[in-house]
Amino acid sequence: MSKLVIPAIGPASSVQDGGRHGAQRYGLTPSGAMDRLALATANTLAGNPPFAAAIEIGPFGAAFTAREGAVRVALAGAPRNADIAGRAVASDTSVTLADGETLTLGFARGGCFSYLAIEGAIAGEPMFGSLSVNARAGLGSPYPRPLQAGDELQTRQPSGATERRIDLPSPDDGPIRVVMGPQDDEFDDATKNLLLDSEWKVSASSDRMGYRLEGPVAKHLYGHNIVSDGTVNGSIQVPGNGQPIVLMPDRGTTGGYPKIATVISADLGRFAQLPPGRGFRFKAVSMAEAQAEARKFAEMLRTLPDRIGAIESFDLNIAALQDANVAGAAVSAVDAGTWQTASPADTLAPD
Amino acid sequence: MAATLSPPRLLPSGDSAITVEFSHDIDDAANARVLALDRTLASQSVTGVTETVPTYRSLLVHYDPVLTDFDALGEKLAALAQLPVPPVTKTRRWRIPVVYGGEFGIDLEDVAKTLEATPDDIVARHVAGDYRVAMIGFTPGWSYLSGLSQSLQMPRRQNPRLLTPAGTISIGGVQTGVQCLAGPSGWHLLGRTAVRTYQLRRDPIFLLEPGDCVTFSAVDAKTYAEQDRAAGAGEIVAELMAA
Repeated sequence: MSKLVIPAIGPASSVQDGGRHGAQRYGLTPSGAMDRLALATANTLAGNPPFAAAIEIGPFGAAFTAREGAVRVALAGAPRNADIAGRAVASDTSVTLADGETLTLGFARGGCFSYLAIEGAIAGEPMFGSLSVNARAGLGSPYPRPLQAGDELQTRQPSGATERRIDLPSPDDGPIRVVMGPQDDEFDDATKNLLLDSEWKVSASSDRMGYRLEGPVAKHLYGHNIVSDGTVNGSIQVPGNGQPIVLMPDRGTTGGYPKIATVISADLGRFAQLPPGRGFRFKAVSMAEAQAEARKFAEMLRTLPDRIGAIESFDLNIAALQDANVAGAAVSAVDAGTWQTASPADTLAPD
Repeated sequence: MAATLSPPRLLPSGDSAITVEFSHDIDDAANARVLALDRTLASQSVTGVTETVPTYRSLLVHYDPVLTDFDALGEKLAALAQLPVPPVTKTRRWRIPVVYGGEFGIDLEDVAKTLEATPDDIVARHVAGDYRVAMIGFTPGWSYLSGLSQSLQMPRRQNPRLLTPAGTISIGGVQTGVQCLAGPSGWHLLGRTAVRTYQLRRDPIFLLEPGDCVTFSAVDAKTYAEQDRAAGAGEIVAELMAA
């Protein structure tokens, strides 16, 4: 059995998979990857099922070392500088670490989360069918908490298959699409237009529970308390201060603030990758369009293996990377910064 | 049961969930319909439905939009919600031991003052109640109970606390609650129970189900300490009463 040891890793990094489903009726949130397409991409490159457990790496840097054998990994999601002893590693490819070699990753560029999948996946004890970390509930395996320096993940020897790359369609940078409701009738037309016509930014005090938005103040028609009801990933709730919060996979399963709209499922991963401070807009779409997009997204996930190709010449690949100026010397960037690891109190209002 | 039931509102919660809302406010009849639709969906498989979350006045139905869509599923749910509420065949009744006041229920004195009663009166009123689990949500095992005596109803705190202890028994508005994990709360803390409504590596992991009946019994600090040790070792501690 090989293992991947972690000499250094920044905050907001944890083992995540497709999530923990079926116990929201008991208050257990689903957790799971913030960007499902990126998780599935990394896993597909590594030869794993799309929603197997992988390492979700937050905005800061990290390093991973193979021990007791080689380990094959694949990196996808937010691009970042990556190298093995000075050899640049491209995003959206697989690579094998020989015993003792270290993969060093820099800061995320133009996104928040990258996914490092390990061929053979991560050994652990699933709870409710998932290894995903939910620290508050004491869940997650092999560690029921975010990853930290010194952690070790058990895996298996690589199969020796050729390294792979994947060709993904160019990312959509259009507005984040929403379906209005379920409580849009708690807001007047002016406030709904404010949501759709304003530029918003994700606040730095955001986390896996919720992304706080900075922008104009949304006003409630009838106050900010409703009878608590169920939430979903992407619910846009408006608490008393009028600054919307988009609920993410570690959300409370129920909440007592009105939810003006919901981010469509096909756009949620793209939304999760928005770096704090970058401006973006929302756009309302019909239910029919949202569901057509959900089906397209599911088809995209299903056909990811068709997009895989072999890396014929690693050297050529490096030259191309250097031309594109994405393979500069990787820096170690593991300073704990301002990325919030504490939970915003507003996402925690119990009722 | 009335011959005609008002149709629920079908509210879109994104492209993968429908909120089936039976009432605007907290209402026992609406909650009964929520739990009835939840039982119906548990007993028959409806294409695309993946998970349901009952709350006071609505049922959140998660579904896979590849297998069904809002209109088709909404129509099906509306039809199922119109069926007469089936009688509950078996209701579980739990008695949950609580140590009230002092360090365990730091708001008991203030609640008594606000309601112009003695702390003993407040405890007596709370213990006399016959409650029902209306919903479980927010964090694992947090059980919201309906049936709070009007004589105990008061607004929630102006300033929610960021951290309240595991096992807290509290009141807020028209509700009382059993909180399993430490966490934030804007409710008034009356006491604590050793009962874990959520405990990993115990069978069952979740003790209470929506629809269960609950009563409380007052215990002293010494009994609480013993029960807490037993519960920590995986004992259920709550008493399951004969129906």
